[in-house]
Amino acid sequence: MRESGSLGWALVRAWTLLVYMFMFLPVAVVVLLSFNASQFGSFPMTGFSFRWFVELAQNDAILRAFRTSIVLGLLTAAISTTLGVLASLALVRYRVPGSNLISTLLIAPILVPEVVLAVALLLFLNFLQINKSFTLLLLGHVIFTLPFVILVVQARLVSIKRDVEEAAMSLGASPRQTFFQITLPLMMPAVLAGALFAFTISFDDITGTLFWKPGGVETVPTQIFAMLRNSISPEINALGTVMILMTVGLPLLGLAIARKLSTKSGT
Amino acid sequence: MSSVTLNNIVKRFGTFTAVHRSSLEIPEGAFVTLLGPSGCGKTTNLRMIAGLLDPTEGEILIGGRRVNDVPIHKRNLGLVFQNYALFPHKTVAENVAFGLKYRNVPSSDIPRRVQEALDLVQLPNVGDRYPKALSGGQQQRIALARAIVIEPDVLLLDEPLSALDANLREDMRVELKRIQERIGVTTVFVTHDQSEALAMSDQIVVMSEGRVEQVGAPEEVYNTPASEFVAHFLGASNILAARCALSGGAVTLHEKTFGTVPIPAAKAPRITSEGPAKLVVRAEKLVLSTSPAPEGVISVPATVQTVDYQGQSVRYFVQAGDTQLQAINMIDGHPFAVGTKVNLHLRPQDCAALPG
Repeated sequence: MRESGSLGWALVRAWTLLVYMFMFLPVAVVVLLSFNASQFGSFPMTGFSFRWFVELAQNDAILRAFRTSIVLGLLTAAISTTLGVLASLALVRYRVPGSNLISTLLIAPILVPEVVLAVALLLFLNFLQINKSFTLLLLGHVIFTLPFVILVVQARLVSIKRDVEEAAMSLGASPRQTFFQITLPLMMPAVLAGALFAFTISFDDITGTLFWKPGGVETVPTQIFAMLRNSISPEINALGTVMILMTVGLPLLGLAIARKLSTKSGT
Repeated sequence: MSSVTLNNIVKRFGTFTAVHRSSLEIPEGAFVTLLGPSGCGKTTNLRMIAGLLDPTEGEILIGGRRVNDVPIHKRNLGLVFQNYALFPHKTVAENVAFGLKYRNVPSSDIPRRVQEALDLVQLPNVGDRYPKALSGGQQQRIALARAIVIEPDVLLLDEPLSALDANLREDMRVELKRIQERIGVTTVFVTHDQSEALAMSDQIVVMSEGRVEQVGAPEEVYNTPASEFVAHFLGASNILAARCALSGGAVTLHEKTFGTVPIPAAKAPRITSEGPAKLVVRAEKLVLSTSPAPEGVISVPATVQTVDYQGQSVRYFVQAGDTQLQAINMIDGHPFAVGTKVNLHLRPQDCAALPG
């Protein structure tokens, strides 16, 4: 009994390992190959080199795409977080008529497949005879990053007791001063997390971006997509590695900052 | 420091009436307790005085000034909550200093005033700690310091002791009363705990289902309850149906177990006519004894049915005729055993009468 049990566990462990390998091996391969000296973006490795990163840094198209992505991501994060915080405040702290419906509508973009959302917005703009532009691309990104911000901020706001705000007001702080002195600092970790979510999601989105971007504007993901259509260049591996660093590294950094903030306040 | 007046206040939430039309006068410097079970409207009243709720009808005056339209942050009140409500992201000193920032206090004076407040609540050395590092009792003292440092016109305490454990609660009770007397601030205290109310208040306002049942000094409310609700809520009482007879200002109740009981007029202020009435016998005034009754004490034979031992005192349920009565006695030697035949001694002047 015990032997078969331990065999069973061994199998479970092996299977788990396989699943993880299936998920992460391709990523590891991309990172590994980005340091390959060879002309071709595939095995065998012929030597270790930063050559492709250097070429990446000299590729104007890619640099432009990077700039676009970062500007787009930052703007998306700023707008989504502001709207998300305001919406959460309204939904949690005030009695808004139809708040359940509003809440569902705000969260809905997560539930709708992105392609559907993308096509819908595009058709709608067509109907209104508005041309595609960077602003509209930004608008699209705000729509589908907003739910993440709202979910995170709302959860935090619910845990901040109304008593604390009432205490601040009884001591003479106006509702606005109470918000900036008490509520906002207490929900800061969630606000940062929301902003980070919004940035990373915007930064590596491709589906919606492909539909909404005006001609001539490329983000990093659409740029990679375009480059892949010609050939698999080792530059793409290098670009992939940079993307992985940003999308994994940023949230980790954010988490560390949030943890530091919360140990300071002891919450 | 100011008086507080509630004038014909009504508070409705939708169709539910939380506070029925009531008026209340809280004199300057007094310690007034709003006492009642949960849902009786005591917290609603407090929150209306604070400005956290708007009364549906009526007006609220603080220091003679109508404050219905004054928002909470301009009312100059000290508010202490059951769950302390300290700002977790600020140190103790920053918490206490918070209210001073919104008053015209020179910034050079702030540290001194914070320290004075911390001294007053006997926690002089915790200024640089965060609230999370303090115990519940300490946090509540800081909350009190934060509320009184701004020299409020009125101090509002919303069940401030309920989250503390029993021993600490009694210490804090004494402490709170000491501080209140020292600074002399008008204080409105909300609690459901009758012993807190009796121990601390100058006046108790007993509330039930949104109505004021009785207003009076602790002794008055305890000894001469104005209604059956008050008699039951403050301590344990036996309330017995009786008939009342008046003769030249003297009130006499006829009750089937205790017979004829002459009630002092002071203990029957609400009796205005003869007829059905209620005899109120406090459980601790009903004494079990095996010896004969002294002069002027009613004695009735009874049998002990249940003994609820509580250490220094004991609660008996006894059967006298076909009436079951409750008695709480100090233990002198051993408590009586179940089944013991005893005499119930009752001094008529310890009873009170209510209209039937």
